[in-house]
Amino acid sequence: MNALIGKKIGMTRVFNDAGQQIPVTALEVGPCVVVQLKTAEKDGYNAVQIGFEDQPAKRQTKACAGHFKKNELPGKRILREVRLDTSGADFKVGDTFTASVFDGVSYVDVIGVTKGRGFQGVVRRHGMSGGRATHGSGMHRRPGSIGMKEWPARVLKGKAMPGQMGADRVTVQNLKVVQVRNDDNIVLVRGSVPGPSGAFVFVRKSLKKADKPS
Amino acid sequence: MSVVLDKIDQEQRRKEEQTKFAVGDTVSVHVKIREGEKERIQLYKGTVIAIKGKGATEMFTVRRISYGEGVERIFPMHSPNVVKVDVERAGKVRRAKLYYLRELSGKKSRIKERRT
Repeated sequence: MNALIGKKIGMTRVFNDAGQQIPVTALEVGPCVVVQLKTAEKDGYNAVQIGFEDQPAKRQTKACAGHFKKNELPGKRILREVRLDTSGADFKVGDTFTASVFDGVSYVDVIGVTKGRGFQGVVRRHGMSGGRATHGSGMHRRPGSIGMKEWPARVLKGKAMPGQMGADRVTVQNLKVVQVRNDDNIVLVRGSVPGPSGAFVFVRKSLKKADKPS
Repeated sequence: MSVVLDKIDQEQRRKEEQTKFAVGDTVSVHVKIREGEKERIQLYKGTVIAIKGKGATEMFTVRRISYGEGVERIFPMHSPNVVKVDVERAGKVRRAKLYYLRELSGKKSRIKERRT
């Protein structure tokens, strides 16, 4: 298994061997249950669908509840797919995975949804300077000119403007695994992770800094 | 704080009892220093001017005058590199943070001794 669904618990600091304090984020990963196997023959690709955190059937849609009931599994709140290169012969519906998946893993990628900041202006959202506050200036936090004249007669694509900020899906790559605590199903990763405490995150073994198979 | 974070916090704290000291005390901090392969203990003596934070992330600031220049070092209370803290002299102060000492020198920067 290369990835698990988890929950951001919060941040703290731990001492390393040299006595330095390392900022870490505690992530509760798993237990994740295999809910469905997707195969190339049937679905066109190989993957396992995993679920995280129990949810009673009365809180679920009928379709969702039926999906779990088919295999006599407890209802799960979050479902995600993990793509496989080969067919999922090693996996069975009902298999459970915990933080021990990350034992011996040096780096992980964490995918989460950043905190929503609502509709924000250009100063906060794009770091523009705005105008001066005094001396008759009428341009305080405005974006200023957004383009040229008759040519090109349109606003260039990607022009920084006010709008929704945050609540984006963000991947943080290559976070160092500081500690795997199997008792609590906790992984401590160095640095910060998108989203508020209590948010769901997707933790996978790092794609770019993968451990050499030993 | 969540139960798990609390547990991590407890683990990070130093196991052996730390000498109790307060803001205003003159202390000598025994700091572990690594020079290449060798480890040795260095003493840093000064006045505690602030204690900040709580739990395993508690920090304290020690100020001293070194060769006529004010020096402040901030230590984590539970750092494994802080081997020991000796209280040389207990100080009597009425403030939690003694940042005003930065503006003072000589006789004015003295702190009254607390006798118990």
